[in-house]
Amino acid sequence: MHINTDIWVLIAVFFTLSVYTFLWKDNPLYKFAESVTVGIGMGFALVQWWNLSVVDRFWVPLTTRGAAGYVLIIPAIMGLMMVTRIIPRFAWMSRYALAFTIGAGSGMVLPRAIQANVLQQLYATMLPINVSWTGIMVNLFIVVGVLAGLIYFFFSKEHKGVFGGIANIGIWFLMVGFGATFGYTVMARLSLFIGRVLFILRDFLGMQLF
Amino acid sequence: MKFLAKLEKLDRRIIYIIITIAVVLPFFFRMGLPISVSPEVKSVYDFIDGLTPSDCVFISGDYDPQVDAELSPMFDAIVRHCFEKNVKVIVANVFNLQGIGLVEPRLKKLAEEYHKVYGVDYAFLGWKQGFSLLVMGMGENFKKTWETDYYGTRLEDLPITQPIRNYDQIALVVDLTGSGVFGAWITYAYVQYRQKIAAGITAVMAADAYPQLQAGQLIGLLGGLRGAAEYEQLIHHPSLGSVGMEAQSWAHIAIILFIILGNIGYYAAKKNKEK
Repeated sequence: MHINTDIWVLIAVFFTLSVYTFLWKDNPLYKFAESVTVGIGMGFALVQWWNLSVVDRFWVPLTTRGAAGYVLIIPAIMGLMMVTRIIPRFAWMSRYALAFTIGAGSGMVLPRAIQANVLQQLYATMLPINVSWTGIMVNLFIVVGVLAGLIYFFFSKEHKGVFGGIANIGIWFLMVGFGATFGYTVMARLSLFIGRVLFILRDFLGMQLF
Repeated sequence: MKFLAKLEKLDRRIIYIIITIAVVLPFFFRMGLPISVSPEVKSVYDFIDGLTPSDCVFISGDYDPQVDAELSPMFDAIVRHCFEKNVKVIVANVFNLQGIGLVEPRLKKLAEEYHKVYGVDYAFLGWKQGFSLLVMGMGENFKKTWETDYYGTRLEDLPITQPIRNYDQIALVVDLTGSGVFGAWITYAYVQYRQKIAAGITAVMAADAYPQLQAGQLIGLLGGLRGAAEYEQLIHHPSLGSVGMEAQSWAHIAIILFIILGNIGYYAAKKNKEK
């Protein structure tokens, strides 16, 4: 075991442990670590955004491409119009920029999203139910699950009798789905904790793990 | 019965301590628990394994430090596989600019390890404003969309990007993300250009991606640290994912035991009340 005395590793260890002190109870160390994390994250994103977006994509082409670059003034003005929301007297100007963004965005998204999230998902549910292992055990399961789930969310008819029974089956499918999501969530949180433990053992304490 | 009823009100700090022990101890005492490979991870591996040195894989590191522990092992494993197969690798951060600081040093380190040349075997494009527009633009004119790499070199001047006109020259897009942006890749790259896409996502998001996988919109899926561990097994290079999975398994056993104890405590408390 060889303890790493690199200042950045020590700082990272300090913040890792500070964040985990919250598990005991809320305290100033945790608050400090939380604020620094948020601040650094925002600062990093802001500097990168300024350099890669404002400078590289706007200022450089505008000043180096001559007349061809002047077209960039239009989106730049629209961007500034968005900011007018903070001045009540000129806030109306932001609506034009927003209207353009929402209109163009919706136009681009809607046809593709319907294709990706509705039609292609529907095709994937129209499965052959035959006497094969896949046909009965997998495809039938998917078809019944989709139909029962949809019936559960159909509220125009009271959930009674056969209809109510199918809706109940839908609840079971939904519960299995929620259970899988919760299991995955637990796994994800533990993975992040394992990541920090690995950092302390390997990078700070210098343990040979693999 | 009273002791059992107390289990329901177990101090959460005791649970934290036991979970911590369950996570830390496996690093000192290895049990060598097996890691089986799921079909969704195998299909990503098989696809990349079938590529030739003339093919190119585009990896988008759309994640930030919060999920680094889950996604960086995936990034390492996939880049390793590509480099071993001499497949060209282009890395970018299309949807998350915080990913720049995470993937760039890893890519450089891996390239050094495999003696790969920048601009010939791999390239790093970083982040550019545009998000979904960038994904669509890549389908029309790759070089015009990105213009330069992260270091300011024109893509026309890099041998790796010279032949790339659009998605036709990109064999696979791998999106590594801790959010739902893999859906944007499907919406804009798969639906419009039929681009083959694989997703490496955090375990939290994994359940949401299975409908897309089942619909054939994704060729494969790596879910959480487990997905990374499985890929490491396939490339015979156990690393962060594989080491972490043993701790993960023991922590899961501890959580399952706590759930059982909690339920016993609940029923014991209920019985006590009835008495």
